[in-house]
Amino acid sequence: MRTLDALIVESPVFEGLDQEELELVAGCGKNIAVDAGERLFREGDDANTFFLVRSGLVALETYVPNRGAVTVVTCGPGEIVGWSWLVPPHRWRLSARVVENVRAVEFDGACLRKKCEQIPELGYDLLSRFAGDLADHLQSAYVQLLDVYGDRAS
Amino acid sequence: MAIALPEETAVGRGAMTPLPYRVVRKRRENHDNWTLELEPVADAIEPIGPGQFTMLYSFGVGEVPISTSGDLERSGELVHTIRAVGAVTKALCAAKAGDVVGVRGPFGNTWPVAEAQGRDLVLVAGGVGLPPLRPVVYHALQHRGDFRRVVVLYGGRTPDDLLFMRELKQWRDIDVDVTVDAAGAGWAGKVGVVTKLIPAATFDPFDAVAFVVGPEIMMRFTARALLDRGLPPEGIWISMERTMRCGVGLCGHCQLGPTLICRDGPVYRWDELAPFMEVPEL
Repeated sequence: MRTLDALIVESPVFEGLDQEELELVAGCGKNIAVDAGERLFREGDDANTFFLVRSGLVALETYVPNRGAVTVVTCGPGEIVGWSWLVPPHRWRLSARVVENVRAVEFDGACLRKKCEQIPELGYDLLSRFAGDLADHLQSAYVQLLDVYGDRAS
Repeated sequence: MAIALPEETAVGRGAMTPLPYRVVRKRRENHDNWTLELEPVADAIEPIGPGQFTMLYSFGVGEVPISTSGDLERSGELVHTIRAVGAVTKALCAAKAGDVVGVRGPFGNTWPVAEAQGRDLVLVAGGVGLPPLRPVVYHALQHRGDFRRVVVLYGGRTPDDLLFMRELKQWRDIDVDVTVDAAGAGWAGKVGVVTKLIPAATFDPFDAVAFVVGPEIMMRFTARALLDRGLPPEGIWISMERTMRCGVGLCGHCQLGPTLICRDGPVYRWDELAPFMEVPEL
């Protein structure tokens, strides 16, 4: 059976962390399995966790009046779900619904924040990694906004 | 005094004179895309290759360049999938079985399928970029042993805009991954830009060839993602579309930097064209 640190190192976000850092991060995580249709979190609730998806698919969505739940993006294996644990006021800005049965590592964000405050090098390293992940998502969101397949773009 | 006309050759006639083709079948693919299967009324154009296009003429309305989307190893009809977006394409999509349209071509170069033999083949399509790649998929299905992994990554605007969805599910021995830019709760698939599919796709970037078709901006971002994954620039091929008019490099409407897309393209190696794709003036 593989240890949690061996699992999380396969994610691009944690790839390249040294063993000591990996164990510190893994110490805040646990394996979970969530069935399709269930929610990982709901918009507006306290955000003290985040997830590394190992298998399955998660939809990040928001409720739009007269349209219902609209999926903004989906996250699959290797991807991180949830950044609101990083920044105050630590409340979810979107909801996360499981589309295909998920196996994931759930991290206690408060635990990890505490370790980052105690060990600034770890904090800086993790923050840089999450910033890179956020930049990728922002870039994707920009392209989505461009509506490249729409009539104006063709 | 009789004027000596130059001898009319098949090539000369085919280049600028549309040949009449009859619509034998028409299929609606989604809310604004139709596939027309055409057969020659008399003379036929030269055989068309994967990636090549013809100029389709709706008589009295105008001409548009459309890539072939059919199975080129199946003899017979010329197959084009057309999005009804302008006057000419709307007129073509309104054609009924039995109607006659004009066809010039085939024009342009073909996908370098031989480059992918013995290697992984990655096909990335955005929007109506899937039809120009479909002949390559058919070829890969019929010559599956010629390639290692074959991967199709397809991105659309919404689930309603996706093409050939039933067919995609029937493509065996090929990894197909689909995403849309926006979807409601009824969609159980992926949401996000097509480039998001690239990091998790199963192929060896150091021994793969990628063919990419879609809007120019989508191809730019896709090429960047493929480069990030480790593909060399010379392993990435794109198909360009600008305002093709004559189809034979005479009118210059489709010029991009030093190249005329109808004559030298539409298929280019990424590193040949990339420097010009990011110049706003071009």
